[in-house]
Amino acid sequence: MTIEAQDAAPRHNPSDWLWYAGISAAAVVWWLVYSQLIPFSESVTSLLPVARDSHTGEAIAFFVYDVPKVLLLLTGIVFVTGVLRSWFSPEKTRAILAGKREILGYPLAAALGVLTPFCSCSSVPLFIGFVSAGIPLGVTFSFLIAGPMVGPVGLGLLYGLVGWQIATIYLVFGFTISTVAGLVLGRLGLERYLQDWVRELNAGPVGDMPEERLTLVGRLKIGVEQVREIVGKVWIWVLVGIGIGAAIHGYVPETVMLRIMGGEAWWSVPAAVVVGVPMYTNAAGVIPIVEALLGKGAALGTTLAFMMSVIALSLPEMIILKQVLTLRLIAIFIAVVSLGILATGFLFNALL
Amino acid sequence: MKSVKVYGPGCKRCETTEAMVKDAAARLGIDVVVEKVTDPKSIAMAGVMSTPGISVDGKLVHAGGLPDAVRLEGWLSA
Repeated sequence: MTIEAQDAAPRHNPSDWLWYAGISAAAVVWWLVYSQLIPFSESVTSLLPVARDSHTGEAIAFFVYDVPKVLLLLTGIVFVTGVLRSWFSPEKTRAILAGKREILGYPLAAALGVLTPFCSCSSVPLFIGFVSAGIPLGVTFSFLIAGPMVGPVGLGLLYGLVGWQIATIYLVFGFTISTVAGLVLGRLGLERYLQDWVRELNAGPVGDMPEERLTLVGRLKIGVEQVREIVGKVWIWVLVGIGIGAAIHGYVPETVMLRIMGGEAWWSVPAAVVVGVPMYTNAAGVIPIVEALLGKGAALGTTLAFMMSVIALSLPEMIILKQVLTLRLIAIFIAVVSLGILATGFLFNALL
Repeated sequence: MKSVKVYGPGCKRCETTEAMVKDAAARLGIDVVVEKVTDPKSIAMAGVMSTPGISVDGKLVHAGGLPDAVRLEGWLSA
């Protein structure tokens, strides 16, 4: 006992305990505020000079309820994810994937794509790092598709706003599309469509960096840093997304929604993908829209297809990838992922 | 004179990292030349996969995210 105590003592300086206390207090406050959202939004809406059951009243109530809810959920998810992801790094992921048989590589890459901290601004060095370490192109694609598509922010918000059933369906199908699309892209033998200089980099350099050991407080700091960075960046998308969701919730009649996005309208699935791919927002911005669409009776398959194409395929990321992939390869990549999304959409509209 | 390279495509965190390196060097009174590497090919060739990355005198010391201020001083004074 005494030996353990002596060992442990120098590792905790007083400011560590401040960190633990601060994070615990923040969690309690978070929980208290989160549990008071409905009374809060109802009382705010009742202060305004509009009837609660009018179109405008419905839209305002949706907005006033969703803004604090989404921001709270986002903060919580980003913090927890930031802490958990501090155990993973692209370097470790590469080491894991480089030693695996190709067929195991696809699902593993999709899973690691979800867990590895990664921002689209470094997708080019990451892509090169993977390919030059001998990781097959298809496996690399599985990783790059899963990262944004099945991100924890999207899943967590889906869980909080729409429910666990749909969040689970999204997780299973997002994961499947990432795995299968990578497999298909791998089988197509696309190495010749890489930019020339990337192909010439075989068995490229591997950074021999000493692993940085982190304390628990160090990991908590990473979580807080992530919250500051990500919430600071996406809050505007959140407001825009909730604004659109509120407009749909308040003003779009259900009959119109059923005609446009109902299960009977087969063309709505491809239309959702065509509209969704060029749309650029992130999961936090699109899920309030999804919430409103589903609430108005939009078909699940169509809505899933819309959400997946918005989140997984984004124009800015394609422009970044243009540095390593030829246009032809980018087009094939978009086509394969879109086909997977279409299949998911049609499947769910047929089943439900 | 130490030569420090900051690897990153020019995102906000890369600029912050560059400023942190300069601040730390000034605090320690060390002469440094900070070079920003933004070309994706050069970033990849240096073995950096997650940006921002830092190398001191040609040796990669950090990749992915903002560096810890205390560690940064350690790398610069080593």
